Amino acid sequence: MEQLVGMKGVRKSFLRTVANDGIDFSVGRSEVVSLLGENGAGKTTLMRILYGMYTLDDGEIRIGGKTVDIGSPKDSIALGIGMVHQHFTLVRTLTVLENVILGLPSPKGFRLDYASARTRIKEISAKYGLEIDTEAYIWQLSVGERQRVEILKALYRDVNVLILDEPTAVLTPQEAQGLFKTLRILRDEGKGVVFISHKLQEVMEISDRIVVLRNGKVSGQQMKSETTKEELARLMVGRDIVELPAELTGTPKEALLSVSSLGAENNQGIQALKGVSFSLHAGEILGVAGVAGNGQTELEQVLCGVRSATSGSVRYHGQELANASPKEIIDAGIGRIPEDRMEAGLVLDLPLMENLVIEFFDKAPFSRGILLNYRAIERAAEELMREYSIKAAGVHEATRTLSGGNLQKVILARVLSRNPEVIIASQPTRGLDVGAAEYIHNKLLEQRERGAGILLLSEDLNEVIALSDRIIALYEGRIMGIVPRSKFDLEEIGLMMAGSTTEDGNAPSEV
Amino acid sequence: MHLPKYKLEKRLPPPLWFQILTPVIAVVISLLISSIFLLAIKQDPLQAYLYMFRGAVGSKFAFLEMLVKATPLILTGVAVALAFTAKFWNIGAEGQLYAGAFAATWVGIMNLPLPAPLYILVVVLAGFAGGAIWALVPGYLKARYKVDDVVTTLLMNYIMIYIVGGILSGPWRNPKTMYPASVEIAQNADFPKLIAHSRVHFGLVLAVLAVIALYFIVRRTRLGFEIRATGTNAGAARFLGINTLKTIIYVAMISGGIAGIAGAGEVAGVQYHLIQSISPGYGYDGIVIAMLGRLNPAGVLLSAIYFAMIITGAQVMSRSLNVPPYIASVIQGVTLLVMLAMLLSFEYRIRRER
Repeated sequence: MEQLVGMKGVRKSFLRTVANDGIDFSVGRSEVVSLLGENGAGKTTLMRILYGMYTLDDGEIRIGGKTVDIGSPKDSIALGIGMVHQHFTLVRTLTVLENVILGLPSPKGFRLDYASARTRIKEISAKYGLEIDTEAYIWQLSVGERQRVEILKALYRDVNVLILDEPTAVLTPQEAQGLFKTLRILRDEGKGVVFISHKLQEVMEISDRIVVLRNGKVSGQQMKSETTKEELARLMVGRDIVELPAELTGTPKEALLSVSSLGAENNQGIQALKGVSFSLHAGEILGVAGVAGNGQTELEQVLCGVRSATSGSVRYHGQELANASPKEIIDAGIGRIPEDRMEAGLVLDLPLMENLVIEFFDKAPFSRGILLNYRAIERAAEELMREYSIKAAGVHEATRTLSGGNLQKVILARVLSRNPEVIIASQPTRGLDVGAAEYIHNKLLEQRERGAGILLLSEDLNEVIALSDRIIALYEGRIMGIVPRSKFDLEEIGLMMAGSTTEDGNAPSEV
Repeated sequence: MHLPKYKLEKRLPPPLWFQILTPVIAVVISLLISSIFLLAIKQDPLQAYLYMFRGAVGSKFAFLEMLVKATPLILTGVAVALAFTAKFWNIGAEGQLYAGAFAATWVGIMNLPLPAPLYILVVVLAGFAGGAIWALVPGYLKARYKVDDVVTTLLMNYIMIYIVGGILSGPWRNPKTMYPASVEIAQNADFPKLIAHSRVHFGLVLAVLAVIALYFIVRRTRLGFEIRATGTNAGAARFLGINTLKTIIYVAMISGGIAGIAGAGEVAGVQYHLIQSISPGYGYDGIVIAMLGRLNPAGVLLSAIYFAMIITGAQVMSRSLNVPPYIASVIQGVTLLVMLAMLLSFEYRIRRER
């Protein structure tokens, strides 16, 4: 097979960590190569080096047989390499067409040549199944559509190798299938595709060859046809993964939290929750499945007290919690694990010990009058750090220095230290490696066992299915259906997430 | 073609001795740079700095005068440092100082039938209240309506300075001299001298207390924790149950109040009446002092003293050598720039890429 890109002995370190430690990697013509690995394994770093965003410390890159020196993305695009980042790089206030041609010289010199650009974009989108309205503004598009624009942008620049960084993280199962179709056309056409992921299922579905990274090194390389999910998981984690329980034991009890006809607006002032009703019972995990942008975030924020409800109510032990302040909700005894751990769940520049008590610092023994009792804070923090095996140099360390998994453990330790009756957990394992995710899952199951009611909001459908007693599917701010564990079906839940209602055609009003 | 590329890269924090040494190095470098300006006006920099040094700390008298200058600078430095810790960008210490001076004068010229210690307390409280109220306006606007604090605090300075100017040339004009200055405040309201035959007054005690209070509030109290959380990430702090609105308002009032005490000190400790030029920009100097001291209490104290030394030293130098006194401002400005460059070099290093 003809090699399009070859990387040899690539080494890159940041400050204290070695992100890539002598990696060999290649992509051939007509090949989809998956880069599989836990978070922090070095997948994105390696591809950013190829795309010219980072310069390598050591090693060699060959493109089309020649050693190249890539100094910037501009160089790598000229060499036929394109990358679709996890966080899109589109200008929201420009149209699809404008975004695609942005930064390219116009054949007409000073004047922009919209007409021929439009024709070419239409050709490309027809060929690769990337339907899009070229005149739509980016802000009008869904996340899946934005991703298509990113891919179009790369193809418009005639790339030979397309890199996609965790492309399915924001897609419904159906949209992911659409993406895979496009990738297959690209492959059949002779292009090389690099697919970065930590989802075994998808990797097995789309790849020809799989390169597994662990701790900055290649831990294994397999043709898809010659490997199994189990083997890949072992290569990725370095040990066997414990499967989550197929059956949950114990039965849910009385209702704790009753949400009825809840409405809320998103940041743009558009109604994002349109009358959501459900109740959360003691001893159950209630999963909320939904694609990004369908009201999950707003639901979490209303329940956590950082977004106002425009209608409806949230009752907890006779107390109204809709439009209560975060402080009132914390003091009522609700545990909150927010979606945004870096910007909401933690104050990263404060020391670890302060983050471990920040929701309760005004309570005894952490406060005495107007003073803080740092000795008590330190003692409690050290205990939590041990109990939750949080890896940090010490409780005085700035929280920012901790890894993603450990940051989530800090939040978990803080929230669970108060034995909350209700836990709102939003995307609790997003971006975490398999080991850390497993730890979080076990902790949540432990809490369920203890009798807590847990609302689990997650875009990872597999996670929701593995953990929940019941699943609610949210679509455009409405509940499309509620499915009990006995009737879980990936396909059907996926369809509800994409807007179809339950079999009887009616979205239940009260759950 | 590849041009050599330079890049700023984060690096590990330097050792403590280096951090302590940095201001010293910054001072040396800024004096070297300032030499260029002195040479440009045909002065021998060494001689000039010698006069400056003598003028600042060369004699007991010089040293005590320096302390008089340092008093308001420490207070405004503390005021700004506290505000900046909460990311309340208080550029308004100057106006708050005037508001404090105004309020202190008001109670001072009432000739209240109070014994000295009590009257002094009232003057201090009035100064605090004046500054606090003046800072409350931008504080509330920021907390409640997200109005840009840099703009409001800055503009509030002009309002207060002109209010004082208007009152001094109107209702408060001294009827005997007809100067645009208030009458003298009651003698019982005068700050006592700390050292006989000098101008060092009780305000210095308040300034040192303010430094201690800055440490104590930020590091030991619940409010301090709320301030640090709000200052480093207001969104997260709000999510985690901290009332950031209240925190910002408290910070604004305490910060403004401390700047107001600086004003009260200038009235009751130095001038004994209110004049239009009660502050030659102490409030603005406070911003530089707070930054130079890295918002750290001891750092603020030291940089305020350094500023006071330059100001008094430069006055002596300009008198002795016939050099324009503006040179002091030049040295202050150069010091800040050099210091900021040094701080950047703390966190980053420059690397040349292949």
